This record gives sequence, structure tokens and C-alpha cells, in this order.
Amino acid sequence: MGKKRSSLVRAAFSAVVLAMTMLLLSGCGNYMVLDPKGPIAQKQLDLIGITVLLCSIIIVPVLIITFIIVWRYRASNKKADYKPEWAHNNLLETIWWGIPIVIIAILAVITIRYTHELEPSKTLAAESEKEVVIQVASLDWKWLFMYPEEGIATINTITIPEDRSVRFELTSDAPMNSFWIPELGGQIYTMSGMSMALHLKADEPGDYFGTAANFSGEYFANMTFDVHATTEADYEKWVADAKNSSDTLTDEGYQELAKPSADNEQLVYASFPEGLYERIVTKYMHDGAELHEHGSASSDEEGKQSADAGAASTEAEGHDSSSHTGH
Amino acid sequence: MLDNIKEFASEFFVTGDPLIYGADVSIVLATLAIVFVLTYFKKWGWLWRNWLTTVDHKKIGIMYILAAIVMLFRGGVDAVMMRTQLAFPDLNFLEPEHYNQIFTTHGVVMIFFMAMPLMFGLFNIVVPLQIGARDVAFPFLNSLSFWLFFVGAMLFNLSFVIGGSPDAGWLAYPPLSGTQFNPGVGQNFYIWGIQISGIGSLASGINFIVTILKMRAPGMTMMKMPMFTWSVFASSTTIIFAFPILAITMLLLFMDRFFGAHFFTLDGGGNPMMYINLIWMWGHPEVYIVVLPAFGVFSETVATFARKRLFGYASMVFAMVIISIISFFTWAHHFFTMGSGANVNAFFAVTTMIIAIPTGVKIFNWLFTMYKGRISFPTPMMWTIAFIPAFVVGGMTGVMLSVAPADFQFHNSYFLIAHFHQVLIGGVVFGYFAGLYYWWPKMFGFKLNEYLGKWAFWFWNIGFYVCFMPQYLVGLDGMTRRISVFSDPDWTGLNVVSTIGAYIMGIAFLFQVAQIGYSIFRHEKDTTGDIWDARTLEWSTPSPAPEYNFAVIPQVHSRDEWWEEKERRARGEQPAQYGPIEPIHMPKNSAIPAIMGACWFIAGFGLVFHWLFFAIPGLIGVFICMFARSFSAHKAEYYIPAEEVERTEATLRGSV
Repeated sequence: MGKKRSSLVRAAFSAVVLAMTMLLLSGCGNYMVLDPKGPIAQKQLDLIGITVLLCSIIIVPVLIITFIIVWRYRASNKKADYKPEWAHNNLLETIWWGIPIVIIAILAVITIRYTHELEPSKTLAAESEKEVVIQVASLDWKWLFMYPEEGIATINTITIPEDRSVRFELTSDAPMNSFWIPELGGQIYTMSGMSMALHLKADEPGDYFGTAANFSGEYFANMTFDVHATTEADYEKWVADAKNSSDTLTDEGYQELAKPSADNEQLVYASFPEGLYERIVTKYMHDGAELHEHGSASSDEEGKQSADAGAASTEAEGHDSSSHTGH
Repeated sequence: MLDNIKEFASEFFVTGDPLIYGADVSIVLATLAIVFVLTYFKKWGWLWRNWLTTVDHKKIGIMYILAAIVMLFRGGVDAVMMRTQLAFPDLNFLEPEHYNQIFTTHGVVMIFFMAMPLMFGLFNIVVPLQIGARDVAFPFLNSLSFWLFFVGAMLFNLSFVIGGSPDAGWLAYPPLSGTQFNPGVGQNFYIWGIQISGIGSLASGINFIVTILKMRAPGMTMMKMPMFTWSVFASSTTIIFAFPILAITMLLLFMDRFFGAHFFTLDGGGNPMMYINLIWMWGHPEVYIVVLPAFGVFSETVATFARKRLFGYASMVFAMVIISIISFFTWAHHFFTMGSGANVNAFFAVTTMIIAIPTGVKIFNWLFTMYKGRISFPTPMMWTIAFIPAFVVGGMTGVMLSVAPADFQFHNSYFLIAHFHQVLIGGVVFGYFAGLYYWWPKMFGFKLNEYLGKWAFWFWNIGFYVCFMPQYLVGLDGMTRRISVFSDPDWTGLNVVSTIGAYIMGIAFLFQVAQIGYSIFRHEKDTTGDIWDARTLEWSTPSPAPEYNFAVIPQVHSRDEWWEEKERRARGEQPAQYGPIEPIHMPKNSAIPAIMGACWFIAGFGLVFHWLFFAIPGLIGVFICMFARSFSAHKAEYYIPAEEVERTEATLRGSV
């Protein structure tokens, strides 16, 4: 019995050691969220840091107190006090209602400020700057990206210039999904019948990982995409090359593309049909139905676009446009 | 003709996967074995009279728990299969379609058919005994609740071998769960499995609220109730407000799928966002529904094993009530990234954080219950202590998730998966295990083997951290949930570690099965009824308690009534005399709940396949059962004669 027991203990122990070693080894890499490459991801990381710090004020003492109390008041320690009737103390209870209230209050204020500051529909461009606009449609099971100003489109890959605000306008022609580039900033849902907005910026050139985050069916796992941030000059060159690409996306081509398929190659189209994005957004709408614009402030430009698409009006929901001025 | 049958069978039965054929064979073998054993030992009558038709809360509780353990096994196998796939994503152990089904059923089974029945099992076993009652307020309804749960669970599990499992995630977001993208019957199994068992849950909620409000022993004011009973009260109140939302949501989804309605479809003016709001209006309170009773368990075990009064009783009650109220105002934190705008997100972020306050207070109160106590560490207490660090860390990551702008980086990633497994396993599962070990002697009259229990404990705990800590990291590295393959080599190591942890927990579960098996054959009978030297009224009865629970209803003077009574006896006072033994008024067994459950099963099965020739007769059967009950209710009671009670008490206690 004893022998069996010790070998079991050893087996369990070595399993734990093995697991921990592997954890540490694999822990050496850089984690995308903790290694931001853009201002949004950076501020989100700051906020994560603040939260952890504030929580630690309570968590760390609690873990220590737990250990001390459990150890000191174990039944075998006859030296410790024993007060079986002691079950109430106003001062102590005030303290442990009070401290969490204060900490949560601080965190709440910080959160509210950041929530407005990092509202995804807010542009990151100064007034004189020009944004890159990329229209995104999540399909089964690939991403279609359209550059309306450049007139080009891509599948599962995008190229953006560094240090410029990129405005993603997002929708879906498939079950709802979520668009996420962890190194640049947090995600936003893509939903059919709606147009969402997300602003991101890359601080430096590099290849970043983009992924679908909300489960959308059988080959959801294949929906990753590449983000190439380049210098302004390289970006211009990439656009020019794209325009010379031999592939073009037609309306019929889009109908094919929208059908469910797995294992999609990255592709660049020299052109795409005008107003395709707006037609995807309004695909399921009746005449006179409103175009839902979630999380995006209305602007003249959008008003025109939705008028083109035959929708009656643009609706800005849920937030104030006054928050454009920073904090 | 033969071809038609063949074609029907190939669609009706799930085919093509060797894993499923293996499961088919084992299901058939297990069923045959059960039928054989029951027939060979001539136990059919015993099963029917003593169990299937019982209205005794203690037996119903045991049936709930048994079903929950079976479902824990099923959900656990799902988990281990997913982890195996993720450790070796290139081996294609599971095809994407199969993987999607497995994570869907894992979630549904674990929440609806494992956590909920385990919780109701504990409610049933403990509450009437703890408040000095002879049964719940509505014993017939209680039995019906069990059968609705059971039938719902069986219907859902049937999808595994017949028709195909649902594969749209455990909350079945439309439009993915609508007919446009999901034309098969799997999603119908989901709707009806949940709908039928949900009605049972709602009825249980009502039952326990009435039981607690109306059936407490004389002298037990609300503020003298044991804390577990308070937690049941808070949880049941949450149930009766949350479960109707679930029922309606499922009904609307059913109407979309069956009648072609357009509540949540893409076209015809439907709006999937409505579903997501509705399901989380139920879904978030649901989390607190299952965790509050775990808090109740800890309040009992911590006081018993520290041999000290529960610290800060009033705070504890207040905290629990506040948690159950605020839990209804946090639902939108499940979709901060849906573009509701800054003000909405800020509101739900703050309400979510606020819940951390009363939860934190409860932790402090448990700690100071142990402070200046005499702590012993049998298995229920080990689970209680293990809960604290697990839940504190899980709570911190919860606060991190509640910070809306940061959640944009956590949402749908493995960070989120790690968080909710940490609070649901570290909070709910640890809590229910503590409760199961603690009240097991009350159910069966013997303790579970402590030696095997400690092995199970350590395997569970080590496996738990090895499995979920790496998931936080891989989530921060951009890995999203519900993917079955990935190409990023950085994720491989963390996933392999996580899988090792899952297997360690699997071994831990086997230890628990062995522990139960071993203890059934090798145990010491508890003759005291109070094996832990505990504090509340359930321990004043023999173990297991006789069917009438209390020969004479006790008079309550204080919170820890049984502890005080023992103190009085130790001081040499006479045991409290509550008056003479009188004939006891008891509910009769009834076959109607089980039959009505069977009718619901037939109706549900018909609705799944859109076979009205099944559904309509099934529903007619349900109504016939209701009528039968209405006209026989007055005959459903009887008296146990006083002499018989005296005889029983004499055998159980050795004296009266």
C-alpha cells in the first residue's frame, strides 16, 4: 500500500512539475494583448494594468490572510485562541464593506472615462488628417475587405499605412461574427443589416494577426486574416500593385464568394462593384426601413452612402458625438 | 420500400463517426445491463414504488444528484475530447462539425443538466430538514419538477445518437441557430430539452420559495434561518424572475424555426440582437442562481468545521439579496462589443463591478468565521478552503472583464473561457462537492471514504489550475474560443498544458467514482445522525432521516439551534421536549409525474422532428395527467399512525 501510494504521489508530482515547466517555457513569448502595436491596444493594456493593480489591493491581502488564518487556527494548534461565540464586529464589517466600495468606485470612474475615450466609433485622426477607410464583410468563412476610396478589395488580408487612423466599417453577410486584431486593439461584432465602426491605428510597420472572434459555424476556425502595416510609401505602392492585379470582383463573383466555403486563399482584387458594402448592409431590408448604424456617429458622407443604398435615414445610436474632443 | 427505410434511418440515426458508433454500442450495452440486473434481482417493483413514484424530497434529491453525476460524466467526456483535439489540432481527432457539436453540448449539459440538478438535489436533501419541515410545500410538484428535468435532459442527450446534436454554441445565438443556417433537428433538441427542463426549474423555484416562507419550524424567524436556506431563498427568487425569460426566448426561437416567424431572423424584420439581449437577461442571473447555493454550502461548512458561529450573519444575508437583485442589471456585459455605445457600456460595466463588493464581503466573513476557530480539514472543508483562492482569482479576472473598454480585448477569447471556468468550477462545482461530501452522511447514513476523497481533491485542484491558467495566457495571445484548429505555433505549448490539466481532472473524477463505489461496500454506519458535530437542525435527525423527517416538529430558539441544544444538554439540561408524538400527515406516492414526464418526452420528440402525430398525442397525455391530478388530489394524502412513528424512532435512535 505504502509503496503504491508513494509511486502515485511521484507520478502526480512529476505531472505537475512537467506542466509548470512547459507553462514557463511557453510563457517566454510575447502575448499579443500584452504587446500592443497601436494606441488603442496600448490604452486597453494600460487599463488592464490599472485594474489588476486596484484589484491586487484586495486580492493579495486576502490570499495571505487566508493562508495565515487557516494555518494558525487549525484544530491541532492548541495555542491559538478559540472564541466560538465571536460572530459580529461592526468596525471590521465596515472596513470590508468600505474598502471594496472605495476601490470599485475608483475603478468605475476610470472605466467610465475610458469607455468614452475608447468608444470604437471615434476617429483617431486629427482634423486635417485623412483616414483610411476599409469596409469589412464577414462571410462564411472568410473576410472580404473593400477599400472604397482606392477601389480595391481583398480576401483575408489587409494592408494599412502606419500611423494613420484606419476606419473599419463592418457588416456581415453570414451569421454574426467579430473582427479582432489583438495587437492593434479590441474587437467589434459584425452583424448583418447593420454597419458598425471601429477605429484602429498601427504605430509601426509589421505583420499582425487578425481573427474572427464570434463563432459563426462549421469552418469558423479558418477565418483568420493578415494585417500588414507598412510605411506610407509602401502602402501607396501596394495600392498601385493591387490596382494592376488580374482579379476583379464582380457582382456575380460576389454571389459566388458569399457562398459558404472553407480554406480561402488570400486574394487581392483590382476593383469591386460600387456600393457593394451598402448593398450587403441593406440586403434584408424592406423599403423604408431604417439603416441601423450601431456604434458609429453619423456624418455627411455616410448620409450620402445610405441614401445611395436606398435607405431612408441614418441613425446614430447610443452615444454622443460631443465625445469627439478628448479627455 | 426497403430503400425508403434505409434512407430514413440514415438521416434519423447519427451515422458516419466511429466515436458515435462506439457510444451507440455502449449505450445499448448499459441499458441491457440495467434491464438485466433489475429483472434478475426482481427489482422493478422496488424501483417503481420506492423511487420513480416517490414524492419524498430526500429521495427526489438523491435522484437529482445521481442524474447530475451521470451528466457530469457526459459533459466531462465532451471536455476531454475538445482538449484532446486542441492539444493535437493537426491530427483531426474531431472534424470541425463534430467539435462544434461537442462544445455546444458540453456547455448545455454542464449548466442545465449538471449544475442545475446538482443544485436542486442539494435543495431537496437539505432545505426541509434544515428548517424543521416534513417535506417541501408541494411534494407532487417537486416530483413533477424532477421528471421534467430528467425528460428534458434525456431528450437533449438523445440528439447524440438520433437526428444530430445542436452545434450553434451553448446559448444558440441566431441567426446561426435559425433554420437558414441550421436546418437540421439538432437545434430543435436544444429548444425542447431546455424548454421542458426549464419548466421544471421554474416550478422548483416556486416550490422552495413557498417552502421557506411557509414551512419553517415555529420560532425560526427569517433572520434565524440557516445560511444555506437563505441562499436557496435568494437563488429561488432569482429563478422565478429569470426562468420565464428563458421560456419565452425559447418559445420565440421555436416559433421562428417551426412556424417561420421572424423574431430573430435576418430577413422579414427580425433582429438577432433581441435574442442575445433576452438570453443574457436569463443567462446572467442564471450564473448567480447556481453560485448562491454554493455560497450557502460554504457558510454551513465553514461554521461547522471551524466550530464557530458564522461571522456577520446579517451582512451575509444582505450581500446575497443584493447579489440576486443586481444580477438582473448586468446582462449587457456579455456583449460590450456589440456597439451599444459608451453610455450603455459604462452603465453595465459599473453594475457588474458592483456585484464584486458583496461577493468580496462574503469572502471576508468566511475568513473571519475561521478566525479564532478550531479548524479541522475533512473533505468538505478542504473543498471550502480550495474555493477561496480559486474564486478570489476568478473574481479578479471577472472585474477585469467588467471594465468595458478592456473587455474589447478579452471578449470571446480564451481569457474569458478561463475566467468563467474558474468561477464556475472553483465556485459552483467546488461548492456543490463540498455540499455533497458534507450532506452525504445525511442522505445515506455513512461518510464517503476520506482517503480516496483526498486523492480526488488534489487531482481536481491541481488539474484545475494546470488546465485553466494557461488558457488566460493563450487568450491574451489572441486565441479565440470555439476554434478546433489553429496555426499559431505559440499556442501549442499552452494548449498541451491545458489538456494535461483536463486529463488530471478526468482522473480526479474517476477517483470520486471509485470513492463512492468503495464507500458503498466498505463504510462505518453513522449511528449519531450528527457525524460532523454540526450546528443546524438537519443534524438532529437520524441519518438517513425517516420519511417524516421529524417525529415532532422542533421549537427553534436561535440560529444554530442544534448546536445550542447540544450545549444545553452538555450543561445537563433535559433534551427539549416538543410535545407528544401524533399521527403524521404525509403525501402519498404518485405515478402521475413520471407519466406526465413520459408524455412530455413524446411531445418533445414529436416537436423536434415536426411530427405532429407524436406531438399532439403527447400533449394530450400531458393534459390528461393534469386532469387526473385535479380530480384525485384529495386522495393523495395519508397518516402515519403515532405508534408506527414511535416504533421507527425507537429503532433509529435506540430510545425515544
